[in-house]
Amino acid sequence: MMTSDSWKNSARRWVGSLLLALVLPAALANPEAVRLDRAPIDPSDMASLQRGAQHFMNYCLTCHSAQFARFDLLQRLGLTEGQVKKNLILTDAKIADYMTVALKPKDAKNWFGVPPPDLSVEARVRGANWLYTYLRSFYRDEHRDSGWNNLVFRGVAMPNVLWELQGEQVLQPAEGAKPGELHGGKLVLAKPGKLAPKEYDQFVADLVNYMVFMAEPARQTRFHIGYGVMIFLAIAFVITRALKKEYWKDVH
Amino acid sequence: MKTAERLLGWIDARFPLTTVWREHLSEYYAPKNFNFWYYFGSLAMLVLVIQIVTGIFLTMNYKPDARFAFASVEYIMRDVDYGWLIRYMHSTGASMFFVVVYLHMMRGLLYGSYQKPRELIWILGMAIYLCLMAEAFFGYLLPWGQMSYWGAQVIVSLIDAISPPVALWVRGDYVIADATLNRFFAFHVIALPLVLALLVFLHIVALHQVGSNNPDGIEIKEKKDPQTGIPLDGIPFHPYYTVKDIMGVVGFLIVYFGIIFFSPEMGGYFLEENNFIPADPLKTPPHIAPVWYFTPFYAILRAIPQKQVGVIAMGVAVVIFFLLPWLDRGIVKSIRYRGTLYKTALGLFVAAFLVLGYMGTQDPNLWYVNPISRVCAVVYFGFFILMPLYSRLDKTKPVPERVTG
Repeated sequence: MMTSDSWKNSARRWVGSLLLALVLPAALANPEAVRLDRAPIDPSDMASLQRGAQHFMNYCLTCHSAQFARFDLLQRLGLTEGQVKKNLILTDAKIADYMTVALKPKDAKNWFGVPPPDLSVEARVRGANWLYTYLRSFYRDEHRDSGWNNLVFRGVAMPNVLWELQGEQVLQPAEGAKPGELHGGKLVLAKPGKLAPKEYDQFVADLVNYMVFMAEPARQTRFHIGYGVMIFLAIAFVITRALKKEYWKDVH
Repeated sequence: MKTAERLLGWIDARFPLTTVWREHLSEYYAPKNFNFWYYFGSLAMLVLVIQIVTGIFLTMNYKPDARFAFASVEYIMRDVDYGWLIRYMHSTGASMFFVVVYLHMMRGLLYGSYQKPRELIWILGMAIYLCLMAEAFFGYLLPWGQMSYWGAQVIVSLIDAISPPVALWVRGDYVIADATLNRFFAFHVIALPLVLALLVFLHIVALHQVGSNNPDGIEIKEKKDPQTGIPLDGIPFHPYYTVKDIMGVVGFLIVYFGIIFFSPEMGGYFLEENNFIPADPLKTPPHIAPVWYFTPFYAILRAIPQKQVGVIAMGVAVVIFFLLPWLDRGIVKSIRYRGTLYKTALGLFVAAFLVLGYMGTQDPNLWYVNPISRVCAVVYFGFFILMPLYSRLDKTKPVPERVTG
């Protein structure tokens, strides 16, 4: 049985909830979530996509597969079959083969704790901004087996495979933060890598650009056809509307 | 010309072609005052056809096998010529089916289209809606992504809460598995489409028996031309409504293809991000939500702490629509002549339905989700349960003799 007081309380809570529903968008922001940087990518920039493909083959396709994509996909980036074979297929795979890896899932599990996920459609799962921020948010953490941690993906199993390029970042806790509290912490480059920070950002942007392309190769085609279809339908609408008006003239 | 007439005569002697054409198109008299809300019936049929045709082409490359299903969808997206277009037409079509059906049902609520003598049309329509929900649920498992898998797991666990043997029978296994995928595929591509097609046929037969309602809620058959016997406010469906509906179709296609070409995921509402991760029976996603068209009912389920009661409430929330023709005791059909009581009730109901839909997409651990859902669930059920009262007490306005344009 509810007492009248508890009724009043729950009524108050409900009224409160209804009021809150009006200001919901503001209440939804999660203060713990890391703000994602906007990925500066241009899906029509072939040079960037080609560089991204190169980075992907060199650094990702060693552990991660992209088993739903074939190498011939790369020909859509303005490359010839010969160029793809010579520069981008680093194994004895054929051009029509899927992008698989030799790494066995069982070994991967032993080494990393989890098998590295397939990256074919990763950009559709995470989004470009997430990938762009994630790949730039690794920092040194001696508490982790891999020696690395990530601000966007806490306790991630993947080590920073790009550390030679990026250098090593450390996490500088916010002023007055309790030990272990990450919120408000800042990443600082402690040891520079081969690339300047700006160059590294561009490197990641190219890679993400390629991953977005690989996740949905039809994306650009979709836009191109889409504009044509919209124009066609707009004209069809004008014509069918005129037809309707003509027929309906005598309906009063 | 002569040959064509002779051919038609030959057919008419063997099949009632001209009769059917006249009865259902050229001499089927529909009220002349249909408004925007009256596009969605024909659009629902259009979407049904789109779903069947794109579905046939998807089936040619899709593999209903837990090992290959996800990969075969990606194959369609990448290696099949225009496979991505066919797939997006189907996935967007599923959501747009519910958009047009919800608007079509809303039309019924606005203008009292379920009232006497159209109770059977309404019941058949509701049967179509139930069938559509099942069709969507079975179809959503097929891409075999994480949301496909865990969404099905959650829904079947609801059956499990009522009767474990029935849940086992539905799954064909103790968890969602290959056996489940195979049978859902069978239901999705043959069983339910057949039932849907039959129900749509019956829905239209029933409609043409009594004739269409209209935004004024007046029976046009009551005022006929004494000479011709044609309703004074009626116009032949063909050509008037065929040309009007063609315009409606083009308008719909602009929205439909706009989504397909420019935003097929619709911000995660039509295609969920997590469904691009292959199904993993060992990894439960932190937040499982059904696709948007089920979320109002899902929010009702979650709002009730006791699971069995929640399942029953969710079921009742859907089935209660069937009773509408008998719950409504109003003496007028259309919202135009209803009083404040009904207008307020309908307004509250629509608001509750939309808010429930939003809450159903949100993480239930957020503190406001369940309290708000509870308030809305009370409003939702109140709309139906109190309807015999407020619809009778409502101060209605006089209904005109003839339609008002």
